[in-house]
Amino acid sequence: MKKNIFNNKDINRREFLKRLGLGTAAVSAVSLAGCGTKQTTASGSGNELGEIPTDKMTYRVNPTTGDRVSVLGYGCMRWPTIPDPEHDGEDLIDQETVNRLVDYAIEHGVNYFDTSPAYCKGRSEKATGIALSRHPRDKYFIATKLSNFSPSTWSREASLEMYHNSFKELQVDYIDYLLLHGIGMGGMESLNGRYIDNGVLDYLLKEREAGRIRNLGFSYHGDIEVFDYLLSQHDKYKWDFVQIQLNYLDWKHARELNPRNTDAEYLYGELASRNIPAVIMEPLLGGRLSNVPDHIVARLRQQEPDRSVASWAFRYAGTFPGVLTVLSGMTYMEHLQDNLRSYCPLQPLSDKENEFLYETANLMVQYPTIPCNDCKYCMPCPYGLDIPGILLHYNKCVNQGNVPESSQAENYRQARQAFLVGYDRSVPRLRQANHCIGCNQCSPHCPQNINIPEQLHRIDNFVEELKQGKV
Amino acid sequence: MKKFTLRNLRVALAVVFFLSITLLFLDFTGTVHAWLGWMAKIQFLPALLAMNVAVVAGLVLMTLLFGRVYCSIICPLGVMQDVFAWFGKKSKKHRYTYSPAKNVLRWLMVVLMGAAIILGIGAFVALFAPYSAYGRIAQSFLSPLWQWGNNLLAYWAERRESYAFYSVDVWMRGSVTMIVAGITAVALAVLAWRNGRTYCNTVCPVGTVLGFFAKFSLFRPVIDTSKCNGCGLCARNCKASCIDSKNHKIDYSRCVDCMDCIGKCSKRAISYSLRTRQQPAEALSGSEAPAIDSGRRRFFTITALAGTAAAMKAQDKVVDGGLAEILDKKAPVRKTPVVPPGAQGIRNLTTHCTACQLCVAVCPNGVLRPSADFERLMQPESSYERGYCRPECTKCSDVCPAGAIKPITVADKSSIQIGHAVWVKENCVPLTDGVECGNCARHCPVGAIQMVASDPDNEGSLKIPVVNTERCIGCGACENLCPARPFSAIYVEGHENHRTI
Repeated sequence: MKKNIFNNKDINRREFLKRLGLGTAAVSAVSLAGCGTKQTTASGSGNELGEIPTDKMTYRVNPTTGDRVSVLGYGCMRWPTIPDPEHDGEDLIDQETVNRLVDYAIEHGVNYFDTSPAYCKGRSEKATGIALSRHPRDKYFIATKLSNFSPSTWSREASLEMYHNSFKELQVDYIDYLLLHGIGMGGMESLNGRYIDNGVLDYLLKEREAGRIRNLGFSYHGDIEVFDYLLSQHDKYKWDFVQIQLNYLDWKHARELNPRNTDAEYLYGELASRNIPAVIMEPLLGGRLSNVPDHIVARLRQQEPDRSVASWAFRYAGTFPGVLTVLSGMTYMEHLQDNLRSYCPLQPLSDKENEFLYETANLMVQYPTIPCNDCKYCMPCPYGLDIPGILLHYNKCVNQGNVPESSQAENYRQARQAFLVGYDRSVPRLRQANHCIGCNQCSPHCPQNINIPEQLHRIDNFVEELKQGKV
Repeated sequence: MKKFTLRNLRVALAVVFFLSITLLFLDFTGTVHAWLGWMAKIQFLPALLAMNVAVVAGLVLMTLLFGRVYCSIICPLGVMQDVFAWFGKKSKKHRYTYSPAKNVLRWLMVVLMGAAIILGIGAFVALFAPYSAYGRIAQSFLSPLWQWGNNLLAYWAERRESYAFYSVDVWMRGSVTMIVAGITAVALAVLAWRNGRTYCNTVCPVGTVLGFFAKFSLFRPVIDTSKCNGCGLCARNCKASCIDSKNHKIDYSRCVDCMDCIGKCSKRAISYSLRTRQQPAEALSGSEAPAIDSGRRRFFTITALAGTAAAMKAQDKVVDGGLAEILDKKAPVRKTPVVPPGAQGIRNLTTHCTACQLCVAVCPNGVLRPSADFERLMQPESSYERGYCRPECTKCSDVCPAGAIKPITVADKSSIQIGHAVWVKENCVPLTDGVECGNCARHCPVGAIQMVASDPDNEGSLKIPVVNTERCIGCGACENLCPARPFSAIYVEGHENHRTI
């Protein structure tokens, strides 16, 4: 097995170098100020089954370091797993597949990889490091975060230990992009506790001067006060980039869907006015902009039959000129390929197409799905619940029309069966919503600010009504 | 196509009944019961205990007309023995011999059974009730196979996005019952393989009682002495060992009307025909019922409730993802056992139940399991580690053939108090983990639980449950959904007699 990996590595490296050489020559540099691609035909790269070119990736230039960053960034939060043969019910990162995905991504021009010490039960950095270390260090940019969310890691020592450990896990001696992770969650108190009072931010600024951090930025979720505060200190901190959540639903609807969140229009506007490059997360809302109700699928497909539903979301995010890269947590090769088709090269959306997506978003908000993106920040629930499992099952049933509103509904019997049987299949009984005690330890971790216990109790009530035939 | 003979008719009917009754024990969806539930309700002993006069009278009348056809067609334990005997016959033909009736033993069993029923010694009744003995075998050994088969279908269905099959938990309801069922199955298999219907004609009290009526039956097999050459082929093929071929006599108290002899006789000397002459009834051999020790004795002592429950501590979350380990729940020691609504109380259940396990087999919530308590051995009791007695379910009361769990409606159920919830302070999560909970109150279907501040002087303190026992119906939702593990912080104590509120 081991031998095999090495063989792969050799072949891939050779192949990689060869193709990259060709690629660099052919790619036209796209500056941050705007992308000039004017192609309008939907052939070749846009085609669902067409060959994916290795030399057509769209790049954006980072104004401070001059990095040429691929507009598709690899999010390392959703690496594929396999069952652990030694521990029943546990899983392991499927390293072989991770290597394959990374090789394929690099081969097709992806050069930005975003991870965190917290991702994948804390195993993402190591797996990402293993895969990337098989490639030359100057061919990829590493982004990782200081994920000291837990108060037990707020101390300077614990935070710096986490920071230094990232170098080891990633097998690097410098980090291209380092982020303060999820500022806004827990408000100003959390920001001060995690980065300011303990002097960690000052330490990181020095690390940037020393070149061990090439770009320093932050990722933002939650309390807008913290976002505004950090930007107001831009002259002092000189943020090289900021990571925000942006997609065609959140552009104007984030606040409407949850008053504790902020519309992406504001976030992006604030960054653009300061010329700070934006790194985009959740362009697809954890798949929610791909797994949409049938009538939305029909609407998007009708417009561009050759393009996937997801491609709309990626082209939307990539069209913004101030966007450095768009992150996507690609678990499967098919997702990677689909995204590569959207970005090799990117065909920006026209104003008309943007308008079409905003109309689509207006239709979507009428569907009462729960804005869970399956990031698993809420997990593990101390009482054993599978929170994302429950929420995703509910969303799936909403999208498939299997949440019957009354027993008089036409498909009531099938919908009831599908909801209840599917529920037991998706989530083991002991991990279902009726075991949520409402301790609310999960909600502060949710980047989408979902009131998780409230939603779980609502779903539980619905299940109870279905079981008792009271719907 | 097989020729029509009475034997073929008997076999066909027996197969239909046997498979249908078996299906009753296997089907966990409840659909089969709507069609075939009556087959359990016409079983003799359950009907007798349910005081179902029409069924008992009908079965007696049937026996007076046709003999012990009940034993050959309706009783699943009888048919099961025929199946074993059929395999036995394949290894050796003409294997049986005539033997005289062991009437003392037979009637002793009837008297003992009568006494046990009157005295309410459920374990004894359960042990020797033939239909129930079969039910235990089907539930213990066939049901898991059926469920695994179903789970395989569910596995495939899941992969085809079909919701036609859903998987079910396969679990052992009770070790004692399983052992008893295993011993019964093996013993009967050996007996039937070697000697046919030995059990039915020596031990089974139902067989003896019906045999008494069968002696007067209108139709029966008779030997035409003018045709009989005394070859004894009939006797050697009689699984009831009741044909005395030398004297051309058949003991009708033991004949189960299998009709095998009719076809075996090369002289066509045996025919199933109207009785022509009166036979003197044999004297009833009486015997006194021995006193039975009814002292409390437990087969298994249940592990005592541990002082402190290992409550899960909310761990400090550093990384994302993963699932917390969930400990299995353990059953608390209940001073009074909980029995399902419809049972009316423990007394009614123990005096009517023949421990056939039909209720245990159909309970979709993993609540019912056979008791290991000697006085109620193998009879159902409720416990809430796997689920709770859900408000929309009345399955056990629908299927019970013995009147041990009487039929109730969903509306009745919401007002029948089978027990009441008891709070165990030491295990309660707000006090042990310092977090908000209230899962018991949230799921109580009758609103019997309120959450109150744990410190009466501080309205803002974490809330703990208080139970209004007047409203509590004992369904166990609180116990089952309590986050404290392995012992819940709230559990149900049974009521000896159920009350309606």
